[in-house]
Amino acid sequence: MAERTPSPAGVARLPVDGAPAQRRTGPFRTARDRRRYRLVVAALAVVGLASTAGILLWGNEAEPGSRAFWLIAQMRVGSLAVIALVALCHAFATVSFHTATGNRIITPSIMGFEALYIAVQTTVVFLLGAAGVSAATGVGPFLGQALLMVAAATALYSWLLSRPYGNVHLMLLVGVVLGGGLGALSGFLQRLLDPNAFDVLSARLFGNISNARTEYVLVAAPIVLAACLALWLRGRRMDVIALGRDVAVNAGLGHRRELMVTLLLVSVLMAVTTALVGPMTFLGFLVATLAYSLVETSSHRRLLPVAALAGYAVLALAYFVLRHVFYAGGAVTVVIELVGGIVFLVVVMRKGRL
Amino acid sequence: MIELRGVTKRHSDEVCIGPVDLTIPAGGITALVGPNGAGKSTVLTMVGRLQDADEGRIEVAGRDVTRTPSREIAKTLSILRQENHFITRLTVRQLVAFGRYPHTRGRLTLEDERYVSEAIDFLNLGPYETRYLDQLSGGQRQRAYVAMVLAQDTEYVLLDEPLNNLDMQHSVQMMRQLRRAADELGRTVVIVMHDINFAAHYADHIVAMGDGRVVETGSPAHIMRPDVLERIFKTPVDVVDGPQGPLAVYY
Amino acid sequence: MTDLRPRAAAARTPLAEPGPGDRVCWVPPAVLRPQRTRWQRTWPLLVGLAITVGLVVLSLNVGAFDLGAEGGAEMFWITRVPRTVALVLAGAALALCGLIMQLMTQNRFVEPSTTGTTEWAGLGLLTTMVLVPGAGIVVRMVGAVLFAFVGTTVFFLFLRRVRLSSSLIVPIVGIMLGAVVGAASTLLALQTDMLQQLGAWFAGSFTSVVRGRYELLFLVLAVTVAVFLIADRFTVAGLGKDIATNVGLDYQAVVFTGVAMVSVATGVITVVIGALPFLGLVVPNLVSMVRGDDLRTNLPWVVMAGVWTVIVCDVLGRTLIAPFEIPISLILALVGAAVFLTLLLRQARHG
Repeated sequence: MAERTPSPAGVARLPVDGAPAQRRTGPFRTARDRRRYRLVVAALAVVGLASTAGILLWGNEAEPGSRAFWLIAQMRVGSLAVIALVALCHAFATVSFHTATGNRIITPSIMGFEALYIAVQTTVVFLLGAAGVSAATGVGPFLGQALLMVAAATALYSWLLSRPYGNVHLMLLVGVVLGGGLGALSGFLQRLLDPNAFDVLSARLFGNISNARTEYVLVAAPIVLAACLALWLRGRRMDVIALGRDVAVNAGLGHRRELMVTLLLVSVLMAVTTALVGPMTFLGFLVATLAYSLVETSSHRRLLPVAALAGYAVLALAYFVLRHVFYAGGAVTVVIELVGGIVFLVVVMRKGRL
Repeated sequence: MIELRGVTKRHSDEVCIGPVDLTIPAGGITALVGPNGAGKSTVLTMVGRLQDADEGRIEVAGRDVTRTPSREIAKTLSILRQENHFITRLTVRQLVAFGRYPHTRGRLTLEDERYVSEAIDFLNLGPYETRYLDQLSGGQRQRAYVAMVLAQDTEYVLLDEPLNNLDMQHSVQMMRQLRRAADELGRTVVIVMHDINFAAHYADHIVAMGDGRVVETGSPAHIMRPDVLERIFKTPVDVVDGPQGPLAVYY
Repeated sequence: MTDLRPRAAAARTPLAEPGPGDRVCWVPPAVLRPQRTRWQRTWPLLVGLAITVGLVVLSLNVGAFDLGAEGGAEMFWITRVPRTVALVLAGAALALCGLIMQLMTQNRFVEPSTTGTTEWAGLGLLTTMVLVPGAGIVVRMVGAVLFAFVGTTVFFLFLRRVRLSSSLIVPIVGIMLGAVVGAASTLLALQTDMLQQLGAWFAGSFTSVVRGRYELLFLVLAVTVAVFLIADRFTVAGLGKDIATNVGLDYQAVVFTGVAMVSVATGVITVVIGALPFLGLVVPNLVSMVRGDDLRTNLPWVVMAGVWTVIVCDVLGRTLIAPFEIPISLILALVGAAVFLTLLLRQARHG
């Protein structure tokens, strides 16, 4: 809180007790914060590794080391890869989105991505029927859908941000409203579906990790890794962007351009994860909030990996507990959504400014 | 030298700034004064390329601010606006270090650390450099922002109402420190401010604006005359001789 | 009289020139409107009324059933009349709900579907269905209204606690709140196998409005009348607690009344018809775009425009792909989204 006012100008500065001999600027305020960061990373890694081991080994009846054992484990590796990709996508996308928009309570998925995804899926089922759905699976349609979503996002962002009076809030609200319109379209089509087709559709829509098609992983992984690496490399720029437009321009950054690039990378990640396991609104929000409150640093290069690790730990743990202990694998995403939603409510109701 | 030639900015059908023709000399402190809505902050932010002008040319040290790469401008000119709210939690030193970004792209050398330390010490913030900004008083926080633009080590420093929300003591401190920045560090400081007496005392040049145009420019002695002040502020103003120079009196 | 005309014209353009800080405030009516003769004030209303009657007659005559056939008169009373009455009631009430919420928050982009109120009502409806299987329509309605009240209160608490940098944040947070509640509804529906029914409820439609199933809607008539009586107080409350208290208004009571009225209207309409998105946003904004921000004289126009919008959308839904129907919520959502976007970009350009 407010300290006593310092000595008035003119009086020589008092020597500071305990000031480090060499004054340096670091990502952490104190050595304690640095230790805490390492501890958090270690703890999240332990949870992640333990859940990974649990998912691979729990209930694996075959004798450890035998061929059957490895076969079962291999099948489960697919799910783990999906979990890792989804965690990476949501964590990197959400933290970067928060920084780009200067607002830590919104999630990129509200920008109409889900709505677009649901609209495309619904239209496919509507046009092809339950039987024709199989035609819309495979690597080609997967890439096509991801590409379509990125193209839509690019068009929206560049249109809105390039207007002379364009601003981030306007862009957000337009995205949300467009999403609402698309949602209405999907809702209407869904009413016309026969119950069989509707069942097929809802199985496809409700993000499911055990349901994700592992053949997509090999296509998705390089895209996700490249986008995440690009975001991480831009970490220092994002540190400046987080201080708002005025400071960023003063520091010589092309603010609009930086925003566009960040949002495009975000849209790539959101498109891939939505196409992989379906929409998840609050996972990213949950893990980003977790990262902000666990570690005391404003450095994106340190924050992003923590968020991703938190995402992996949360998802893997939830998956392990729900699927292998309670045999309710399908509920993983729904449960995480609910927890994330409650955290959102709590954060929103905290006093502050947006 | 900062030069504006035929600069206009249209906010809406009624509110229009310019055309502004203005030359701000290098060195010393220049105060932009005038009534609310006169266009002072708009002119300042256009010079600092935070806003684009609709027409006209703005040159800082001979370079067009809209054509020259922003990163190059950031090494000659820094600008600070009044409202600063961050989503991230920063210490004073972390904030001031961002002033070095145009030179380092975020990778601080020992020399940069020296600039940062100097800027912090210059504003008497040494004891607070590991504090978070939200743990400081308003006056201290304002000084931290100013330290950031000083660490940027630019010839020109533009400040938009740096005395806003500061009490009398801190306003005086801030102006003295800016005076020192001009005298000891040789910076050209351009400040938007309200208080004509403050401006007259600390500034070397005063630019008075009204209704989006430059009404009067000159030395404090030239501006501090009843007829000139009345024209600028559109209200009767007396000028009396104070112990430290002329004082504008208005009731 | 003639010399007053230019002032009247000038008074009609506030939307085009929002003040600083995005928050467009309603100017007190007395300042704006020059006195006009009784007839000058009355005849446009009569025209409006005539349009309303015309649309009602149109709605009564559109449908799959041939009224001239045997039993036509009976069908007329069983389906056509209830449907048309429901359209009039729902249109009027929701348009006014939007207006109240906009007055109280001083934000043009607020209405039941951008504050989560609609989703809360849906969750309430679903919860009641799960907890009390075979619950009658009254019980369901009570559940929906209670949840809508909780949700709207949550939203107002949020507005009170958080300092906002832009008025555009308000609907964004409201819609996200709605998404949270929607996720909860989805989870509940998924666990109880009611997902498709959930979709059907949310896609508001007047198809199922027949005699014996819509009478509860007359409750919203009470809300409509109440708004006419105390609308000015919402304007004052919208200026903030301090100003409201200063002029002797019990701020808490006014906000409570407003939230309760919105909740009753939204809850009842959600149970009987379903979601009617953006209606409360589009209608008041369009009215003040045409007529200026004069609350008193705008009220009847907001009601009539709400009725027109709903009837036109419903008739379109009934005729476009006859004999099938397009749910009115789809048409409203598409039209509403388009108008919403236009308003947004318009405000951005002028603000």
